[in-house]
Amino acid sequence: MSSRAVRAPGAAASRTVRPHPGAPLSWRRVRKRAWSVGFYLLVLIVIFVALFPFYWILRTSLSTNADIARGTEATGLAPSHLSTNAYSQDFSQQHFLTPLINSAIVALVATAITVVVATMAGYALARLSIRGAGAILGFILLAGFFPVLAMVGPLFLLLRDLGLLDSIYPLILAYLVYTLPIATWLLRNFFAQIPRELEEAALVDGATRLQALRKVVVPVALPGVFTAAILSFILAWNDFTFAVSFLETPGNFTAPLAIVNLGQSQFQVFYNRIDAAVVIITIPIALLVLFAQRRIVAGLTAGSFR
Amino acid sequence: MSSHAATAHERPRPRRGARDGRGGRLAADRRLGYALVAPVVLLLLAVTAYPLGYNLWNSFHSVNLSEAGSAQSFVGLDNYTKMFGSSVWVSSLERTLAFTAVSVAIETAIALGLALMLHRRFRGRGLLRAAVLIPWAVPTVVSATLWKTMFDSRTGFVDYLLGNVGLPGAHTTWLAGIWTSWAAVFVADAWKNVPFMAIILLAGLQVIPDEVYEAARIDGASSWQSFRRMTLPLLKPALAVALIFRTLQAFLVFDVIYIMTGGGPGVSTETLSFLNWQTFLVGTDFGYGGAISVMLVAMALAIAAVYVRVLRPETS
Repeated sequence: MSSRAVRAPGAAASRTVRPHPGAPLSWRRVRKRAWSVGFYLLVLIVIFVALFPFYWILRTSLSTNADIARGTEATGLAPSHLSTNAYSQDFSQQHFLTPLINSAIVALVATAITVVVATMAGYALARLSIRGAGAILGFILLAGFFPVLAMVGPLFLLLRDLGLLDSIYPLILAYLVYTLPIATWLLRNFFAQIPRELEEAALVDGATRLQALRKVVVPVALPGVFTAAILSFILAWNDFTFAVSFLETPGNFTAPLAIVNLGQSQFQVFYNRIDAAVVIITIPIALLVLFAQRRIVAGLTAGSFR
Repeated sequence: MSSHAATAHERPRPRRGARDGRGGRLAADRRLGYALVAPVVLLLLAVTAYPLGYNLWNSFHSVNLSEAGSAQSFVGLDNYTKMFGSSVWVSSLERTLAFTAVSVAIETAIALGLALMLHRRFRGRGLLRAAVLIPWAVPTVVSATLWKTMFDSRTGFVDYLLGNVGLPGAHTTWLAGIWTSWAAVFVADAWKNVPFMAIILLAGLQVIPDEVYEAARIDGASSWQSFRRMTLPLLKPALAVALIFRTLQAFLVFDVIYIMTGGGPGVSTETLSFLNWQTFLVGTDFGYGGAISVMLVAMALAIAAVYVRVLRPETS
């Protein structure tokens, strides 16, 4: 556009004209100040809404059964006694460690498969000029939108016929519908940005494509691969639908499924026990987000459009 | 025999490639490419096309596990006529559409505001981004049980807050009423999903060149004018992506409902996905459930088709 040429002098001019000499508390400055106070207030509200619920479950998880029964009106915003009873009960009576391990196995294996398969496909779609690459990418995108509930019935029947119901391992295959589409798209976009010269050099030196991919391209693309792994892990770790459909015995539950069945007795809901488990499964995800937030943001946007 | 013929056919090609150096590499690359793409395509076909086909077959048959020993007989369109004539299906479709419309509209507005906030450079932006990202990353089980706790009339926070601020509703048993249940579900759902939309919109904002704003400012546009006339139109691609992602997600809502309300009170928060789950796993009716699934896929594909058209993957 034509504005581009005008920009530099225009911007400089507007900046030098702004301050009003001799008007220390001009209307403009008051308004500006008020605006920035308002803005920070808004930021605080958003942070509060996003994070306060986590304080609430932490507080609930550290409350005694008696405090839970008395209710918030009586106890106020903080529990009267801090108690880790709910946590120890989760592990000793409810055997919450088993579902945690189940979840970790399923999510990690799904992530590993996703990373390998999506790296290969992403590279091929970005570099190897295959026919129908657009159609393949379109299909992968559509698969990411496939209604999960429409998978549940047929997969249930299939697993039943194979005698694999109530096992965590088939979940790995099902979870690929969450992870593969976003990981493949993300890596395809990532590979497309790596300069071709890099691998051309290796190819000229007599390396095969696969060697070039493994020794030259993947090391450069490692941040992208890492991002794909983080997103895949989060998506697989978060599943509830498949777990609640295929698993039956508590010993085979994944952590999200175990939580829903936790702390429910006939007479009372033990929110402290439920929330203790919620706190536990939130911790790995929260840590991932804190350490990798930039990557996650980049990955989400690269995987979804561009 | 046939493989022999194939290799004989193939032979001239590498030689031609060797002559000009590139053709051979290209053909070899292409073959490698198909081999590398095959796993992802096969795996995704296995988890999407196979269930779809199976559902389709089931939907034309009577497949009910609770009717012991009954052969799976062909019933034609019976399952579909049952579905379209069922007030349960129709009302859960209506609920689903209403929930989708309301939650997408409100969440888009909030996400846009959040994206504009995150787009500004200010101290504490990293903190805001992390704070917002955690609700997105957390499992739905966490967001649902967390808000169930918050809305609990005894040990929750919402009633306590309303009471102390002097607002009405301080003694609401949220998950006992129809509208209050929907409100609780909506809050839990929005809390988890607004961040994702905001991140997509933020990426859209970041690709708008600064020159555009500079130009608008020079032309004397107010910030509202430049938002409406410049930002919004340029944000359209990102907005479309966020909208359709979110629309599909809301349309297929299942786990928040399952965990927070179980479809209740009564059946008042049953959505299509929830009805489908119940038909499969409680009713063990895989014929009727298959019909519901096929319709679910058809409707989801219709929404997704719009998305793919907007996106049009560029093939380099």
